[in-house]
Amino acid sequence: MSTIAQKRGFASTVWDYLTTVDHKKIAILYLIAGGIFFLMGGVEAMMIRAQLAVPNNDFVSAGLFNELLTMHGTTMIFLAAMPLLLAFMNAIMPLQIGARDVAFPFVNALGFWLFFFGGLFLNLSWFLGGAPDAGWTSYASLSLASEGHGIDFYALGLQISGFGTLMGGINFLVTIINMRAPGMTYMRMPLFTWTTFVASALILFAFPPLTASIFMLTFDRMFGANFFNVAAGGNTIIWEHFFWIFGHPEVYILILPAFGIFSEIFSTFSRKRLFGYSSMVFATVLIGFLGFMVWAHHMFTVGLGPVANAIFAVATMAIAVPTGIKIFNWLLTIWGGSIKFTVPMLYAVAFIPSFVAGGVTGVMQAVAPADYQYHDSYFIVAHFHYVIVGGVVFALLAGTHFYWPKMFGTMLSEKIGKFTFVFFFIGFHLTFFVQHFLGLMGMPRRVWTFLPGQGLDTGNLVSSIGAAFMAVGVISLLINVVITSVKNERVGNDPWEDGRTLEWAISSPAPFYNFKQLPLVRGLDAYWLEKMEGKTTLTPAEPIGDIHMPNSSFVPFVISLGLFIAAFGAMYHVDDKAWALPVLIGGLVITFGAMIYRSLKDDHGFHIHKEELMEENDDKGVKA
Amino acid sequence: MKDRLTKWRLLSVFAVLALALSGCGEPFLSTLKPAGDVAKQQYNLMILSTVIMVTVIAVVTVIFVLAITRFRRKKGDENKIPKQVEGSHLLEIIWTVIPIILLLILAVPTVTATFDQANVKDMDKKPKKDGTRDALVVNVRANLYWWEFEYPDYKVMTSQELVVPTDQKVYFNLKASDVKHSFWIPAAGGKMDTNTDNVNKFWLKFDSDKSEEAGNLFYGKCAELCGPSHALMDFKVETKSQDDFKQWISTMQSAKPAAPTDTAAVEGQKLFEQNCLSCHATSPDDSRPEQARLAPNLATFGERSRIAGILDHNEEELKNWIRDPEKYKPGNKMTGTYKQLNEQELDQLAAYLMSLKVEEQ
Repeated sequence: MSTIAQKRGFASTVWDYLTTVDHKKIAILYLIAGGIFFLMGGVEAMMIRAQLAVPNNDFVSAGLFNELLTMHGTTMIFLAAMPLLLAFMNAIMPLQIGARDVAFPFVNALGFWLFFFGGLFLNLSWFLGGAPDAGWTSYASLSLASEGHGIDFYALGLQISGFGTLMGGINFLVTIINMRAPGMTYMRMPLFTWTTFVASALILFAFPPLTASIFMLTFDRMFGANFFNVAAGGNTIIWEHFFWIFGHPEVYILILPAFGIFSEIFSTFSRKRLFGYSSMVFATVLIGFLGFMVWAHHMFTVGLGPVANAIFAVATMAIAVPTGIKIFNWLLTIWGGSIKFTVPMLYAVAFIPSFVAGGVTGVMQAVAPADYQYHDSYFIVAHFHYVIVGGVVFALLAGTHFYWPKMFGTMLSEKIGKFTFVFFFIGFHLTFFVQHFLGLMGMPRRVWTFLPGQGLDTGNLVSSIGAAFMAVGVISLLINVVITSVKNERVGNDPWEDGRTLEWAISSPAPFYNFKQLPLVRGLDAYWLEKMEGKTTLTPAEPIGDIHMPNSSFVPFVISLGLFIAAFGAMYHVDDKAWALPVLIGGLVITFGAMIYRSLKDDHGFHIHKEELMEENDDKGVKA
Repeated sequence: MKDRLTKWRLLSVFAVLALALSGCGEPFLSTLKPAGDVAKQQYNLMILSTVIMVTVIAVVTVIFVLAITRFRRKKGDENKIPKQVEGSHLLEIIWTVIPIILLLILAVPTVTATFDQANVKDMDKKPKKDGTRDALVVNVRANLYWWEFEYPDYKVMTSQELVVPTDQKVYFNLKASDVKHSFWIPAAGGKMDTNTDNVNKFWLKFDSDKSEEAGNLFYGKCAELCGPSHALMDFKVETKSQDDFKQWISTMQSAKPAAPTDTAAVEGQKLFEQNCLSCHATSPDDSRPEQARLAPNLATFGERSRIAGILDHNEEELKNWIRDPEKYKPGNKMTGTYKQLNEQELDQLAAYLMSLKVEEQ
C-alpha cells in the first residue's frame, strides 16, 4: 500500500480508492473501515467491562450504558464482523475461482459505500443527541418508547448499510455461479468459496426480512404508522419474529465464511487436502438451510406455546449434527498431516476447542425448558461470545495474518502475531468462560450494574480483567500492522510455501487483472496439483489475449452519499424542522440523479492489450 | 508447549465444571440451587445436557490433543508430503449417527418437559360458585421499573414483594403495561416474558425446605432490557407455609386503612394525600382500573425488605429515595411528579410510609 502512495502521491491514492471498482481495493476499503469499526466496538466493550468490574459502579450512567451495549452489538455484527468477512471474500474469492473480478464491479463499490455511509450515519448518533439504546435487537416496545433520535439512527443507518450487504451477497452469488475458471466445477471450489457462496445465499434470503421490519420501524417512529403500536392494533411480537428470521441466519452468515477460512488454513498448514471435502460442502449447505428453520429458539420465553417451542427445540438440536461433521473433518484433516504452527494455524487450532465449547452450550440452549433459565442471562452472553469471538473473530484474526501477504504483498510479523494470539486467547477465555456461571447464578444480561451480596462480584471482576488482556492483544496487532507496513519486505507468490488454491499461484498482491490467462483447473486444490507435478505456475486455459476491464467510477460514492444526506432529512422531519423535508428530497435527488446518470451514460470500460501483457514481468501472471 | 497448555486448560475446565455442578451461587438467586419443581426439572435437563456435551468435548479433545502433538512438522521433515486422504465413509457415518443418537436422548425429555411446564389447565378450570378457583392464580403486571402482584380470586393487591405459599403450584398471568419485561425468579424456575400484546401463563412451585435454606426470601429479576434502570427492576418473593399464606391473605383482605397515631406520621399522611395518593394506593383492595394504578401499591410498605426493590429498608434510605429517585433508578416515572419536600416533610412522610403495615396492625 505504502509503495503505491509514494509513487503516486496521497491525493491521487485517495481518489483512486474513492472511485475504485477493483475487488482487491474494495477489499482493502472493507478491511480498513471494518477494522476501525471493530476498534470502536472494542472500546465500547471495554467501557462495558469497566462499568461491571465491581458492584454498584458509576463509571458510566445507566442511559449511557444502554447506548454502549446497543452500539457494541450493532457495530460488531453489522459494521465489523460482516464487513471484515466481506473484505476477505472480496480479496480472495475471485482469485480462488480464477476470475478477473466479481460479476458486477460497480455494484461491488456501491455495496461498500452504502455500508460505509450507513455505518458512519449510525455512529454519528454519538455526537448528535445520543446513540440507540434498545439493544442490537431493538425490540419494538422499547424501541418505540425510546426518546431522542437514537433508534432513528439505528433504523436508517442499518437500512442503508443493509442495502450494501444485500448487494454484496447478490454480487458474490452471481460471481461464483458465472465466473469460475474453466474446469472449476462446483465440487472443485475451495471451501472458502463454498462458504462465501452459501453465506451470500443466506444474505439474499435473510436481509429482506430485516429491511422490511426496519422500514416498519422507521415508519412507526418517523411517519406515524402503527405496525408495532399495540394500543393502535399493532403487534410487537411480529418484530421479534422478523428480527430473528433475519438474525439467526445472520449468525451463519458470519460463521460459515469463518469456517471457510479455517478450512483453508487447516489444509494448508497440515499439507493435506481437506478431509471429507464432499461432506464438508454438504454440511455447509445443510447448516445454511437449517439456519432458517430455527429462529424461534431466540424466543422460547416469549410465550409461543409448547408446540412451537418443542418443534424449534428439536430443529435447533439438528444443527449440531452438520456442525459436528465439520469439527471431526477438521480434526481428521490435521490427523496424519505435517502441521506447521504459524500464527494463522494457532488461531485455527485454538478455534476448535473454543468453538466446540460455544457450540455445546448452543445445544444446551436448544433444550427449551432449560433455556427458560439461560435466556437473557449472562449464560447467553457467554455462549454467543464463544461462537462469535471463538469462531468468527478468531477466523478474522487468522485470516488477517493468512491473507495479509496476498492483499498487501508483505508478511505480518509472526513473533508479534504469536504475542497477539496468546493475549487474545487467554483474555477471551478469561472474559467469557466465567460468564456462563454468572448467568446460571442469576445475573441477567444487559444490566447496567449489579448489587453486592448476590455472589456475582468475583466472576465479574475476572471477566473484566480478561477483557483487558484481549485489548492488549488487539493493540499488539495494530503495532504489528504498522511495523510490517513500514518495513514492507516484499514476498513472492506463495509466501506460506504450502498454498493449495489458485490465489497462491499469482503474485502478492495480485496484478489488477488477476490472471494474465485464465487458468485451467484440473481438480481440487488446483495449485497444489501443479506443484506436485513439479510446476510453479498454473496450466493456462486460453492464449494471452486482450483483457476487458471496467473503468473506475465516482458514482457509487455519490449514490451512497445521497442516501446518507436523505437520512438526516427523514430523521429531523419528525422535529418539524423546516429544512428537513428539502434535505430529504435533495438527498434522494442526488441518489436517483446519480443512478440515472449511470444508466444513461455508456461506459464500455477499457482493454489491456495483448502486447502490454506480454511485456509484463512473467511472475506476475500465469505463464504458459 | 501448546499441548501442555491445552491439557491445563481442560483440567481447569473440568475443575470449574465440577465446582459448578456441585452447586454454587446464592440459594436465593442461583439457578444451580433449584428451589422447586420447575427449577429442579430445568436443573436436571441442564445436568443431562452438560453430561452429554462434556462427553462430546472429551472425545474431541482427545483426538485434538493427539492430532496436534503427534503430527507437528519436525526438523528434517520440511519436504515431507503427507498422504492426501480424501475421506472415510465409515468415519463420517459414525460421527453423523452418534450425535443423532445423543440428540435423541436429549430431545425426548426436552419435549416432555416443555409440555409439562406449559400445562396451565388448572388455571382455567371453571371457578366455583363464589368465583374462586382451587388453583392459586397471581396476576403479574410489569411496569417501568416496578412489579404489581394481584391475587384476583381474593381481591388482594400488592407490589414489589410477591407472597406465595410453599409446596403448591402457583399460576401466573403475566403482562406488561408499558414496554416488554420478563419475569424471572431464578431459584424457582425459568423466566417468561411479560408482553405488551398478550397475557402469558405459566406456573412455579416453591419447595418448603429449599425456601427455608434461602431464608424464605427469593430474589426476582427483570430479564428483558426495558430502559435505563432495567438492572434495578428487582423484586422479592416471600414464601410462607400454606396455612400462613391463608392467614396472610385473610389479613390482607380485612386490612383497614392506615390510621397513624404518631403526630409526625399524621402530618406525613396529609403530605401523602396531597402529593402521592393520585398514583400510589395504600390499601390492598385497590379496585381502580389498571390504567389508573400508576405506581406501586404501598399497603404493606412498612413490612417490605427493600425500598424501591434495591435499597435497604430504613427511613434514611427512604428519604434518600424520595429526595431524588432519579439518582437511584434513572428513568423512573416518579421523578418530578410531586413537589419538592423539605427535611421536616421528608421525616413526616417517611414516618407515615413506614407505618403502612398490614400484618402488625
